[in-house]
Amino acid sequence: MKRRDMFKGALLGLAAATAFTAPATAQDESYTIGVAIPSATHGFMGGLNYHAQAAIARLEETYPQLSFVLATAGDAGKMVNDIEDMVATRDIDALVVLPFESEPLTSPVQAVKEQGIWVTVVDRGLSVPGIEDLYVAGDNTGFGRVAGEYFAQTLDEGDNVVVLRGIPTTLDNERVDAFEAAIEGSGINVLDMQHGNWNRDDAFNVMQDFLSKYDDIDAVWAADDDMAIGVLEAINQANRNDEMWVVGGAGMKEIIKRIMDGDPQLPVNVTYPPAQIATAIELTALGLVSATPVAGRFIIGSQIITPDNAAQFYFPDSPF
Amino acid sequence: MTDITAPTRTRFSFHVLGPLLALVALIILGASLNSNFLSYGNVTNVLARSAFIGIIAVGMTFVITAGGIDLSVGSMAAFVAGVMILSMNALVPTLGIGVPLVATGMAIALLAGLAAGLLNGLLIAKARIEAFIVTLGAMGVYRSLTTWLADGGTLSLNFDARTFYRPVYYDGLFGIAWPILVFALVAILGEMAMRKTPFGRHCAALGANEQVARYSAIRVDLVRMSTYVLLGGLVGLATIMYVPRLGSASGSTGVLWELEAIAAVIIGGTILKGGYGRVWGTVVGVLILSLIDNILNLASIVSPYLNGTIQGVIVILAVVLQRQGRSAD
Repeated sequence: MKRRDMFKGALLGLAAATAFTAPATAQDESYTIGVAIPSATHGFMGGLNYHAQAAIARLEETYPQLSFVLATAGDAGKMVNDIEDMVATRDIDALVVLPFESEPLTSPVQAVKEQGIWVTVVDRGLSVPGIEDLYVAGDNTGFGRVAGEYFAQTLDEGDNVVVLRGIPTTLDNERVDAFEAAIEGSGINVLDMQHGNWNRDDAFNVMQDFLSKYDDIDAVWAADDDMAIGVLEAINQANRNDEMWVVGGAGMKEIIKRIMDGDPQLPVNVTYPPAQIATAIELTALGLVSATPVAGRFIIGSQIITPDNAAQFYFPDSPF
Repeated sequence: MTDITAPTRTRFSFHVLGPLLALVALIILGASLNSNFLSYGNVTNVLARSAFIGIIAVGMTFVITAGGIDLSVGSMAAFVAGVMILSMNALVPTLGIGVPLVATGMAIALLAGLAAGLLNGLLIAKARIEAFIVTLGAMGVYRSLTTWLADGGTLSLNFDARTFYRPVYYDGLFGIAWPILVFALVAILGEMAMRKTPFGRHCAALGANEQVARYSAIRVDLVRMSTYVLLGGLVGLATIMYVPRLGSASGSTGVLWELEAIAAVIIGGTILKGGYGRVWGTVVGVLILSLIDNILNLASIVSPYLNGTIQGVIVILAVVLQRQGRSAD
C-alpha cells in the first residue's frame, strides 16, 4: 500500500513538473478534469448526475482541449478509490468533487490538493477549511428563509401551517430554523412538525395523520418535492384540496410543470438546484482554459419559482 | 422440539394474549390522546397503510415458520412496482386506458413477484445457499435495479392510467377500502393454510427439525421453495395495492419493509428460529407497528427525534410480554 502510494507520488511529481515547465501556449494545452459525485440513488442525485453529464458533453464540444473523467460512487470508500485512480492513471489537472461524506473525504482531497491539482468542492464542505480552491453550494438557510418569507407574506395572522421535515440532519435543521425565523412575528401558527424523511410514502402517512388531527390547516411546508407529492395525495384523499396549499422545494420537474400550469394547490416552489454541479464544472473549466479568476466561494441562491418564471426552471429531460 | 409450543400455548394464556393486550393498550392510549383516533377516517388510513406490510408479513410468517428468512421483500416490492409501472406505460398505446391495461399490469406484478420468489427459493432450497445470504444479495440487486430502471429518479405511471387505477387504493366495498379487504382476505386464507392444511404443518415441521421432517416423508425442498414463491406472490399482490396510491416508484420505495414485516411476524408470536407460526398474531403485529406511528403523529407528545426509540421499546416490550413463562422451557 505504502509502496504504491510512493510510486504514485513520484509519478505525480513528475507529471506536475512537466505541467509546470511546459510553455504557456494556452491554445495547444490540453487539460483533464476529474469529476467525482455520488451515484444516482435518489431523485436529487439522479438530477445531479444528469446535469453533470450534460455539462461535460457541452464543455467537451466547446473546448476540444478539455477531457473529462466522471466517476460515480455508492459510498465514501469507493469515492476515495475513484479519486486516487484519477490522479494516478488519468493525470488530472483539476478535481470537481461532491464529497459523499465530509470526514472520510477530507484527507484524500487534501492529498490531491498538495499535488498541485485544482480542487473544486460542491455542496458538502470538507471538515478542514481552506483545502479547496473553489467551493460551490446551494443555500440551505436561504432555502428555508425564502419559503418562510412567502408564508409570512401570503398568510394572515392566526393561519395554521404544518411542516414536514426531512431526515434528521444538520442540513434539515438549518432549513427549518431559517423557516421559523422568517415567519417569526407574522402570527402564523405552526401546528406541528414531523419527519417525512424526504420520502413520498412517509410524507403521505404523516400528512394523513395531520389531516386527522387538525380540522383547520391553511398551508403545508413540505420542504421537498418528493414529500410534496405524498402530501398532495393525502390532501386529495381527504377531499380538502380547496382548503390549503403546499410548498415543496428543490424544483422537481413534475412539480414545476404544475406551477407553470397555474395549479392553485402549488403556488410556488423554492430552488435547491441539482444543476449546481454544472456550475462547478463550468467554473472549473473556465479557470483552466482562460485567465478568468474563479477561486473563492460560489453560493447559489435559493430562488422562488412562481408561475411567471417557472419555465426557466423546467428541465423535461432530467430525471428529477 | 415440535412439542414445545403446544403445552406453552395452553399453559400460559399470556403468551397467546400478549400481542392482543399490547394492541388493546395502544388503542386505549390512542383514543385517550386524540378524539379523532377512532374516527372512520383515521381507522381507514391506518388499516389501509398497514395493508402492504401486512400482506407481505403473512407470507413472511410461512417463510420464518419454515426456518427461513427473506430480507429482499422491500427491494423486491420496489422492483416489482417499477416493472409494473414501466410495462403499463408501454402498454397504454396498445391496450388503451381501461380494465385490460390494469388487469395486465396486475398480472405482470404477480408474475414478477412469483418469479423473484422462485429465484430466491431455487437458490435457497436447490443450491443450498443460506437464506440470509441469498436474500441479502437479492435485496441489493433489486434495489439497484429499481434505481437503474428509474435512471436515478422516479418512475411515474401514465397520468390517465393512474387516474383510472387510483380507486383500487382509495375506493372499496361497503365503505371498507380495497387494500383492507385484500389484507383481511390474505390474512384469513393464511391463517387457514397455517392451521388446517398439510402445507402449514409441513412448514412448522421443517422449521422445527429438518431431519425429522425429511424422515417423515415431507418433501422438504419443495415446501421450503414454496414458502419463498408464496412470499414473492404476496409481494406482487402488495405492489398491486401500493402502485395506485402514489402512482410512482423509486429507489426509496419500500425501504426497510423487510424489517417491519419480520418485526411484525415476531411480535405476533412466531418463533424466529422457525417451527411455530401464527398468522393472526402477525396481523396484530402489523397493526401494533402502524398504530405506534399513527399515535406518535397524532399526539406529538415527544420530540419526533425519539420516534424510533419509542417504536423500538414497544416492539421489545410486546415480545417480552408474550415470552414470559417461556423461560421455564
